[in-house]
Amino acid sequence: MQVLINGETQSLESPLKLSALLHQLGYRGETFAVAINGGFIPRTEYSNTQINNGDSLDIVAPVVGG
Amino acid sequence: MSDLLTLYGKTFNSRLLVGTALYPSPAIMRESVQASASEIITLSLRRQNPAQQQDNRFWDYIRESGCQLLPNTAGCKSPREAVELAKMSQEIFQTDWLKLEVIGDDYNLQPDPFGLVETARELIQLGFKVLPYCTDDLVLCRKLLDVGCEVLMPWGAPIGTGQGLLNKYNLQTLRERLSDVPLIIDAGIGAPSQAAEALEMGFDAVLLNTAIAKAQDPVLMANAFKLAVESGRAAFNAGLMLRRQTASPSTPTLDMPFWQQAESILQD
Repeated sequence: MQVLINGETQSLESPLKLSALLHQLGYRGETFAVAINGGFIPRTEYSNTQINNGDSLDIVAPVVGG
Repeated sequence: MSDLLTLYGKTFNSRLLVGTALYPSPAIMRESVQASASEIITLSLRRQNPAQQQDNRFWDYIRESGCQLLPNTAGCKSPREAVELAKMSQEIFQTDWLKLEVIGDDYNLQPDPFGLVETARELIQLGFKVLPYCTDDLVLCRKLLDVGCEVLMPWGAPIGTGQGLLNKYNLQTLRERLSDVPLIIDAGIGAPSQAAEALEMGFDAVLLNTAIAKAQDPVLMANAFKLAVESGRAAFNAGLMLRRQTASPSTPTLDMPFWQQAESILQD
């Protein structure tokens, strides 16, 4: 299946949970947050959230701002 | 004399809020924030991959600063985007404070007043302490207060223009009509004199970024803004003289030598 991660298409071999995907991608620690299809997913829900074909993920982290 | 700034129940000594963007380096950003004596700093969230996260000195400095964090929703154009980004900010930054931006025009980055009120209402219901970046329109400001905002941040001029307080009539009107509301001039401040002017007019604080970050010497400029804000606030507290159309001597004329003589010459 295919998903969009931060605007880039990626192929995933099999259905998986968000927590597994984040681990696979290399996200560690707590300085990032996630939205799927434009909706915020709290950290406590990562292991319950199924990634589906066509999902669009935004994974954000702190940056400078005015 | 104690003259603290109170926002959403928290008190601050400094009346200068600064952004963290556009600095030549994270180290200069840190020095500049320190030189500004600011206690509230803005920052944001953007897409990042894990490789980008490994060198994030900026974030390390921010955490060490001890400042109140004020995450923004810069770039959001719809209430939905702003609400979801706010939730993400709350989780990462562990704060319910939010500089709410809902932009209505790409060219001058003017806030969308309708989207702003709708978003502020929703976020306040979710428990956020919303500091909306808004225009200087009195009716908009009243609507933002109606939905529960306790602080407003009207623009001085469009973001990054450095044009200062463009519409003093509107700003003075806001200050007079919303006399009990903390008002922070956000955006458009280009020079310390403009920041001082905002404080002299009775605004409670100013928020700026570019004027410091893009100066030739950001640290020196940060200190200049610190002094300007202190000076402007002191002037406001001291009470400015009233402007007059005609001249009025400050030196006494009573017992001035040659006074009668000069008059008599004129009469001749």
